[in-house]
Amino acid sequence: MSSHPITEDDLHGFVDHLLDSARRSEVQTYLDAHPEIAARIATFGRQREALRAAAAPIADEPIPPRLNVRHLMEGRRRSQAWSWRSMAASVLLLVVGGAGGWSLRDTAVERSEASGIAALAQEAAYTFNVYGADRSHPVEFGPTDKAQLVSWISSRTGRTVSVPDLTASGYAFMGGRLVATPHGAAGLLMYSNGQGQRLAMLVRPMAIDRDTRMSEHSYGDINGVTWASKGTGFSLVGPAPADLLHPIADEVRRQE
Amino acid sequence: MADMAHLIEPVIPALRRYARTFVRDAAAADDLVQDTLERAISRWHQRRSDGETRTWLFTILHNLAVNHLRRAARRGREVPLDDAGESDFAVPSTQENALRRDDILGAVGQLPDDQRSVLLLVSIEDVSYAEAARILDIPIGTVMSRLARARARLLKLLEEQRKPASDRPHLRRVQ
Repeated sequence: MSSHPITEDDLHGFVDHLLDSARRSEVQTYLDAHPEIAARIATFGRQREALRAAAAPIADEPIPPRLNVRHLMEGRRRSQAWSWRSMAASVLLLVVGGAGGWSLRDTAVERSEASGIAALAQEAAYTFNVYGADRSHPVEFGPTDKAQLVSWISSRTGRTVSVPDLTASGYAFMGGRLVATPHGAAGLLMYSNGQGQRLAMLVRPMAIDRDTRMSEHSYGDINGVTWASKGTGFSLVGPAPADLLHPIADEVRRQE
Repeated sequence: MADMAHLIEPVIPALRRYARTFVRDAAAADDLVQDTLERAISRWHQRRSDGETRTWLFTILHNLAVNHLRRAARRGREVPLDDAGESDFAVPSTQENALRRDDILGAVGQLPDDQRSVLLLVSIEDVSYAEAARILDIPIGTVMSRLARARARLLKLLEEQRKPASDRPHLRRVQ
């Protein structure tokens, strides 16, 4: 009927309005002559319109703040003024993570997930949400068992972990514990200030992003500063605003 | 830097729509979009040209989404109670159009991942067949065959949905 025969691909191109006008009219002529095929193609066209209509409202929703590119760019640069709710307890959490024996089961897959220090930052915030708010057992080893804690974390994470002294910043060491992350074992060190406000640090080995500058982030009400140095990642988190956390993170880094 | 925001921002609504229709979980979808944006910002120098920005963003998002689904399949769906949004518990609207909207997106959710991705990109996101091939990293012939299978299968699923429950077989084949 035409210079080249109509293909299934042409029929889909017709449905998706992807044919040039010459080919489109050839397909139209073909469909006019083949009502059964025309009926099937019309059904596909209605299916396409129904899908578009069903999905359209999603694209009309206002963009939430966490998907605001300017915020994300700003956060990456450091000077974001984080909004935070004042809470009865302000906690800072420092987590050191050790991938120990876990190592990456499926490197290709894991690597393209939230990875590197972004993953660490998220793990620290999640961990803080659980233990930072815990009244009865926020830590497993208290400040008097520091040596045991350090050896436990160090052996499970494969990193020699030290407990930074943050008294100059007004935070006393409360103790810590080992926690699980998707990237293996991590050490959690908790601190609190005179008002009972807490902060924590998560520490673990890094498979990627082994040396990075500090970056600030926030998940819900939990803010944080995360970096990596010589293969170990550190994430300092708490409800305090990032601009208060940052100098404390600098202090941790000085003591590394 | 302002260029970056100007090129990325207009694509965000479509990225959210693709993520949500592909993974069928609004919170997880926005997490994937956030990861995509963070990655795009940190690897901005890796994209080929400004004109490629949309395709490049969709490629990043799609790979993240596939990994997410793979992990979710290994673990089962997880909804931490604190994070469970109202949408997880909400009773669906009884309005006819809302029901039909759920019908078609629910039916799309039953397609195999590789068919669903092609169908959504082409039908909803107005991605050309060649762009879809680049985003999914498959030959264009595979795009076409998956599209054809997706459309035929979706048609069947929708027909089954319309049948009264008594007509449905008691056992449904799960691929």
